[in-house]
Amino acid sequence: MSHTQSCHLLVADLWVVRGGRTVLRGVSLRLDGGQLGEVTGSNGVGKSTLLRVIAGFLPPASGCASWNESGAKDLAPLAERVHYVGHLDGLKSALTARENLQFGLTLSGQARLTPREALDRVELAHVVDLPVGYLSAGQRRRVALARLLVADRPLWLLDEPLTALDRAARVMLMGIVADHLGRGGLVLAATHEPLGLPGTLELRLEAQ
Amino acid sequence: MTDTLLAVFYRDLVLSRRIGGGGSLAIIFFLGLVTIVPFAIGPDLNLLSRIGPAILWLGAFLATLLGLDRLFQADHEDGSLDQMLLSPAPLELVVLVKCLAHWCVTGLPLVILSPLFGLMLALDGPALGGVTVSLLVGTPALTFLGAIGAALTVTLRRGGLLLSILVVPLAVPVMIFSVSAASAAASGTVSFLTPFLILCALGLASFALAPIAAAAALRGAGE
Repeated sequence: MSHTQSCHLLVADLWVVRGGRTVLRGVSLRLDGGQLGEVTGSNGVGKSTLLRVIAGFLPPASGCASWNESGAKDLAPLAERVHYVGHLDGLKSALTARENLQFGLTLSGQARLTPREALDRVELAHVVDLPVGYLSAGQRRRVALARLLVADRPLWLLDEPLTALDRAARVMLMGIVADHLGRGGLVLAATHEPLGLPGTLELRLEAQ
Repeated sequence: MTDTLLAVFYRDLVLSRRIGGGGSLAIIFFLGLVTIVPFAIGPDLNLLSRIGPAILWLGAFLATLLGLDRLFQADHEDGSLDQMLLSPAPLELVVLVKCLAHWCVTGLPLVILSPLFGLMLALDGPALGGVTVSLLVGTPALTFLGAIGAALTVTLRRGGLLLSILVVPLAVPVMIFSVSAASAAASGTVSFLTPFLILCALGLASFALAPIAAAAALRGAGE
């Protein structure tokens, strides 16, 4: 299944206040199907906050993020189109990689690859039935990224996706992202290092 | 959506079995309390059987409180809660299912073991029945009420203390009517049904309302 090219994410004049401090002042962004957006900027400038607001974890003070120009103020329909991989990997140490991915699939719906195939894709086929607690930081990261592949959702929000990945895994991630874009998906990544894919939209957040 | 909720339930049961701690800790604590009380009170069987229902209920309440702080905290710390927020299943139902799973692991064993522990407190047949039935209805209510406290303290590293302070006042009505139901069953002079039906009502009310409150608290926790 490929996503329609017409879908897009629209962020309109987003203001976010956290702990009494205005973190984002009027951020606007339009991301079309098949496009990669990179959010850059120094530490503490609000990159993660922007992704978390789009995912619906944090409420904006004003403005909205919407899908397909529906203009809906409610973020819930958007949240169901989102895959979010953040600093916390959302994996249970006591469960095996396969069980974690299977749970992620049941939670998100819309199956695409089986957990086994997804782990093959991130080159972790040898640890399918090992509890995630025994994996290294980079391996855990790859299991978290494999979740993107088991359930089919058009918008990927990746917060520092390259953290803890070695050179080969970075190339692999770029391949996965390029595949997703090729199928008409959208990727918005907060990152310090450019992923180096053509046609990237850069959104630079400036310190206030 | 049913699949999602079943998966949450099953995952929580598997996790509690693999990680251990929660359920067995509550039982050992309960056993410890029930064992120590006769030594503290002395060998007065009449006194013991009179206050036995209250002691079992105190033990069950404290044992329930013991494991509650990890109910949502573990999922919050490793980011699983974020994944649940992105699920089409409403957070209220996810909370409800997590509470049920938690009760199956911590509350249900207490209910099953309470007749045995009641024997150690010199309770007779009707009293044992009364305590067990009141625990069966009352401990889920405690778990649901406790979930509100667990959700409010989810971001606090050492939230257990604050959780207890928040939950104790909410648990007072459950405590009053469950102990009076159990005592009524023991004495036989007062109707068992009156306090028991109020306890049932409290249980149903907490079942219906607490997940909504806890889900609202969890949504606000990110801010």
